[in-house]
This record gives sequence, structure tokens and C-alpha cells, in this order.
Amino acid sequence: MTGEWRKITAPLGDGDVEAIRSGDLFLLSGTLYTARDKAHERISGIVRSGGEMPFDARGQIIYYTGPSPAPPGRPIGSAGPTTSYRMDPFTGVMLGLGVKGMIGKGGRDEKTRRLLAEFRAVYFSTFAGAGAYLGKRIREASVVAFEDLGPEAVYRLAVEDFPLIAINDIYGGDLYESALRKRG
Amino acid sequence: MDPRKISTGDIAKTVVELIGRASFTLPAAVNESLIRLEENEEDGIGRDTLRVLLENAEIARAERLPLCQDCGSVIVFLSVGQDVKLDGALLEDAVNGAVADAYGMFNLRKSMVGDPLRRKNTGTNAPAFIHTEIVGGDRVAVTVYLKGGGSENMSSLRMFRPTDSAEDIIDYVVGAVEAAGPNPCPPVFLGIGIGGTADAAVINSKKAVIRGGRHHDPFYADLEERIGERLARTNIGPLGYGGRSTAAGVYIMEAPCHIATLPVAVNINCHSLRYMSAVI
Repeated sequence: MTGEWRKITAPLGDGDVEAIRSGDLFLLSGTLYTARDKAHERISGIVRSGGEMPFDARGQIIYYTGPSPAPPGRPIGSAGPTTSYRMDPFTGVMLGLGVKGMIGKGGRDEKTRRLLAEFRAVYFSTFAGAGAYLGKRIREASVVAFEDLGPEAVYRLAVEDFPLIAINDIYGGDLYESALRKRG
Repeated sequence: MDPRKISTGDIAKTVVELIGRASFTLPAAVNESLIRLEENEEDGIGRDTLRVLLENAEIARAERLPLCQDCGSVIVFLSVGQDVKLDGALLEDAVNGAVADAYGMFNLRKSMVGDPLRRKNTGTNAPAFIHTEIVGGDRVAVTVYLKGGGSENMSSLRMFRPTDSAEDIIDYVVGAVEAAGPNPCPPVFLGIGIGGTADAAVINSKKAVIRGGRHHDPFYADLEERIGERLARTNIGPLGYGGRSTAAGVYIMEAPCHIATLPVAVNINCHSLRYMSAVI
């Protein structure tokens, strides 16, 4: 790697979030919670009906992924990010629960970017389509909610040196837009 | 001449084997395309990203982990020689059984729902999308193409006027890739179906992307090159982080069409273009 990769640990505090700038590169160790389309829909339903959340989301980072099944002797299979715009309608609910970071791939809508500044949270990407490479940086995986959803269940992951690229910071920075401004 | 008997069980066995190979190993030509991009990429994070993608392919191959956690919908192209007599279970059942077996035995993610609105996972990754054509000879050619949902969501179809120019088509294709941006995991392999009916153009855009190489007709080869060059200048780059490596391949498949129509379909495939073929 040619860029400068800084170590960071999850869960995140406000101080961590404030120090992050779009384009920064991180190697994350600690806990992640997975959630994709259906899990977001269910969490949204729980919040709407005043039910009890299956995990404490405060300070946590949500990873948009649906891993492949764990082969024998491994904690998990391949586990790269899925496309994030599908989760845009749920950003307000998730950040309202105290989520401080999201990992996915692809751009976010304007509302999500505004909410990141308002709730002080960061949107990261990682190496999409490198599911085998990323799966190997996950040390433990256990289902914490919605087991019936299979790959769409919420998993708690313990990760080590999991690569993150900051896309949207709380100051309005957007790495994808910066790249497009350099068009030839 | 007596027809050559081929059991649909043998076709099923081939489908299982091809799904296994396609899930863990990039086709050599795909790997070489990514290596060539990495050698020429000048953007720092763009080059790093390509190196990670190549390392991912190496890990997947060596440790038999899926190249991507989205192990795809299974698209199967079958070319059945008309001198073949198929024996055994119904062809469609044999192929779908093979998909279920392969996705179970290789620990692949099952991503199919049985109904588009009620959305219950079938639990087997079946059914496959099977395209069968009858050709000459006494053999059966099988191609398995695994397509992820993220890139499939960026597909596009537009019905042009017959008087629209090749430049208009280039603008549209480039626009579709720009609008998709980082979502379909660039560098993308682009399949473009031009002509036919709307449905034919879309299927041709799927067949085109697994063709490989340059178009045999210099007119379309030139069009492919111009689209690739335009995409390099967008600076979308690997995974949208910036760089010239936005497209790893551009492949057109043209077809005759009605005097009033000019359909153009774009099939955007991620950098992990997964397909394998065999002949029985």
C-alpha cells in the first residue's frame, strides 16, 4: 500500500469521528455489526413500534454485507460490502440509535450526507468485490438478530486491521466527488 | 445418423463443476486484464485497489473462498447440437438441481428469492436463468455466468431512433457507466447489445460481456475502443476512488433489427467477471 493507513478501533467516539477526513485510510480493529436491506427494514419496524433493539447500537459501526457461509474451520466465508444507496432510506433511524459509522460501497444520497454532519457520523467504504481478502480479516462472527434472514441476519464481527476508506466526513467531504473533479 | 445420447445428469455434473470453478477462480483473460490495468494505473489509491483485487483473486483460488460474497444469480447458456438426444430428468430440473447442489457443497451464498415482491429466499440459489439454443452438431456447450446483484442493478436499456448516430450511442453508454459510478465495482466489464428487439438486445449484452477479445468487425472494434477511452477520462477509477481504470473491457454484440428501431442495452459487470465454459 502506498497510502498512509492509520490504526483505529471500534466502537467510535465523537473525537474519532471529528478527526476523520474524506480520503483518510484506516485499518480498523474491534467490533462491527452487519446489516443489509432486510435487517434495516426490521430495525426500522422495531424503532417505529417502540420495541427492544437486539443490540446496543451506540458508537457502533454498521457494515453493509451479507457474508457467504463459513467453510469448515473458519469463522466466516467471503464478506465484502454491498451497495449502500439501498440503505439510504434508513440512515435517519440508524443514526438516531447512535450509530457512528457505516461501511458499504457507492455513493450516498444528499439526505444521508446531511444526516452524517447532523448526527456526527462517518461513511466508509472498503475494497468491494474483495470478499475473500476481507473475510480473512474477520476473526469471529456470531448472529445477534434475525437468524431467519440467513445471509441478511445481523452478525457481530470481531475484525483485525480491516481496511477502511473514508468517503463522507462530517465536514461535507466526499471522496467519490473529489475523484470525478479530476476528470481528464 | 443415430442421434448422440447425452444424459441431462452429465449436463448437471458439468454445471456443478463450472459453478465451482467460476466462484473461486477468475478466468485467465479477466485476471490478465486486471494485471494490465494495474501496470498502467497512475493514481495511487487506484493502483493499491487493483493490487488488492488481484490479491483477492489469489486468496480465493488458493483457499477456495468465493471471489465475492455475492455469489451471484446463475445464468446458464446451453448450445445443444441438433444431433443430440437428451436422456434423463427434464433439462431445466437437472440444471436447477445442479445449482442447488453446487451452492450447498461449495458454501456459496444463496441470493435468490422465489417471488420478486414476497421475497422469500429459495435457500438453494435456484432457479437459474437458462438460455438454450439449438445449434449444429452432436455436442452440448455449457457456459455458466455468475452475476452479482449490485452490478445487475446498474443495467440499462434505451430505444434509440434509427437515425441516431454512433456518437449518440457512445454518449449513452458512457452516461450509464458514469451514473453507476462506484456502485457496480469498477473497473467494469461492459457488455453492449445493439440492435435486435428490446429483449434480444438485453440478452446479447449478457452474451457480449463473456465474449473476450476485440470485435472481429473493425467498425465495432473501433466503437469498443472509443467507449473504453472515454470511460478512462471519467476518472471514476477502481471502485470509484479515482484513476483511469474505469473499464477493464468493452464488448459489443450487434443484431439485425426493425427499420423503425435501434435498441441498445448495457450490461455492467463488476471487476469480478465470473464465467466458465465446457463442451460435452
